Amino acid sequence: MTAVPTASEILSVVASRELAGKRTVFAGIGLPTLAASLAHLTVAPDLEIVYESGVCGAHPSHLPETIADAVLVTGAEAVLPMPALFGYVLQGGHIDVGFLGAAQIDRWGNLNSSVIGDWHSPKVRLPGPGGATEVMANSREVFVVMRRHEPRSFVDELDFCTSPGPDRALADGGKPSGLGVTRVITGLGILARGGPGEELRLVARHPGVTVEQVRAATGWPLEVAGDVPVIEPPGEAELRLLREDVDPERVYLR
Amino acid sequence: MPLPSPDKTMSLREAVAAFVRDGDTVALEGFTHLIPTAAGHEIIRQGRRDLTVVRMTADIVVDQLLAGGCVRTLVSSFVGNSSAGSLGELRRRIEHADPEPLEFQEYSHYGMICRYLAGAQRLPFYPLRSYAGSDLPRVNPAIRTVTSPYDGEQVAVVPPLNPDVTIIHAQRADRSGNTQIWGLTGVQAEAVFAAEKAIVVVEEIVPAEVVRSDPNRTVVPAHAVDAVVECPRGAHPSFAQGYYDRDNAFYRAWSGISKDRARLTAWMAEWVYGTAGHAEYVARLGDEHWAGLAVGEALSEPVNYGRRL
Repeated sequence: MTAVPTASEILSVVASRELAGKRTVFAGIGLPTLAASLAHLTVAPDLEIVYESGVCGAHPSHLPETIADAVLVTGAEAVLPMPALFGYVLQGGHIDVGFLGAAQIDRWGNLNSSVIGDWHSPKVRLPGPGGATEVMANSREVFVVMRRHEPRSFVDELDFCTSPGPDRALADGGKPSGLGVTRVITGLGILARGGPGEELRLVARHPGVTVEQVRAATGWPLEVAGDVPVIEPPGEAELRLLREDVDPERVYLR
Repeated sequence: MPLPSPDKTMSLREAVAAFVRDGDTVALEGFTHLIPTAAGHEIIRQGRRDLTVVRMTADIVVDQLLAGGCVRTLVSSFVGNSSAGSLGELRRRIEHADPEPLEFQEYSHYGMICRYLAGAQRLPFYPLRSYAGSDLPRVNPAIRTVTSPYDGEQVAVVPPLNPDVTIIHAQRADRSGNTQIWGLTGVQAEAVFAAEKAIVVVEEIVPAEVVRSDPNRTVVPAHAVDAVVECPRGAHPSFAQGYYDRDNAFYRAWSGISKDRARLTAWMAEWVYGTAGHAEYVARLGDEHWAGLAVGEALSEPVNYGRRL
């Protein structure tokens, strides 16, 4: 009998299903790597996984520990210098789905990964944008995976906007090409929006989670889809692939 | 007879002494792969002050340069200990001005890349499709907007970056500085071409014929290089594809070391100030440690460059 799935396993499986039919995904390390690798084995066999370090079409022998792990390079289809990866691949419009994380997200899918508090004298200095500003601006759509769904991370107003979605970009005179964040997969459920002009709303919940619970965990008045179905729990096959093929040493499946 | 190529080899101590001055803008590049750590340690040993350090992913070596009191200004797009935790000294400087404030200029990755591209090509600015709606331009006045003279579009621009010196680590070079990198090539070539002077630190110096047997692998040609330094394992705790693996345990340990000022000071005393140079640092880590980072072979298929008959 399969062991009860962990939170990481549930998030990875749910995120992997969202990649059905996608062609190129820009993945970070951790849950996005697990989701992309699992999708490659299930719903998206033709998926090309692109890493910020310049690797396109990674075929790693072991689970990578960073986006620049040596195992991503050996056996890869291409390794590009950074101007090519960011300039041609990303800004050139070749990425279907970008995966991002953040410390804070607002109802429009704008993200903060720079500071908590005032930028000039922050309470907490976070790592900052990395390539997230570009992933948001240039991917066709963006998925966000957040383990913790709580009011201090799902905020009414960001302390700082590191990676603006298309609504903010448009209001600032920009010419955004992508949809911005379309899916936020959390420990409580899935928030979704179709694109510019739409707020994130609750579209699905994990088994045992109530709509009220999600509302209480969200720092803005959360819109709720008329019907909020319960997410299908990870299946035996998905869990077996994740545990035996994708992350057998349980590096990220803690 | 062709003229002999100039021999630019020197020791790391000589190269840093010759090309890194107090107050300089120093770029250290290498994206997770081939981080010039040994060069960073030598800058600390030589006690350089008031540097503007430029590094896209300001990670452990930057935390160490901060702890060594070398840095006044940091220019970066990512200030974290990779995915392994955070940088204690950097956070103390930014969050508490402890022991003194750090002037920090924040960009995104492509913003930094475009600064190098403008610098390398001696252009006045470089445009990119980022920053509209972001708070980054609000805290970084160097990020501006121009109107396209062709269709009137508003587009963000960043200024050129021309470091006084760029230092990179690479797998191999010949004695005149033709530098070969495989695996992740990052933004090293752009950072070298953008600089006034460039130091290349390599795992091994090889005969010119080795380089010329595979010219496509040369990322930086000799004319852009001022000093060539042989320094095996000089990228530790980062990695050199095909030579040694990343020391992931060290990355995880660093968050704890740097969070505690006393531990950090003790670490610096033992591993940087307490070693005469990188060879001693390598020896002190010990054979067993290096055996744990050893990698196996995965040779590329040879290519045929052809020759006229």
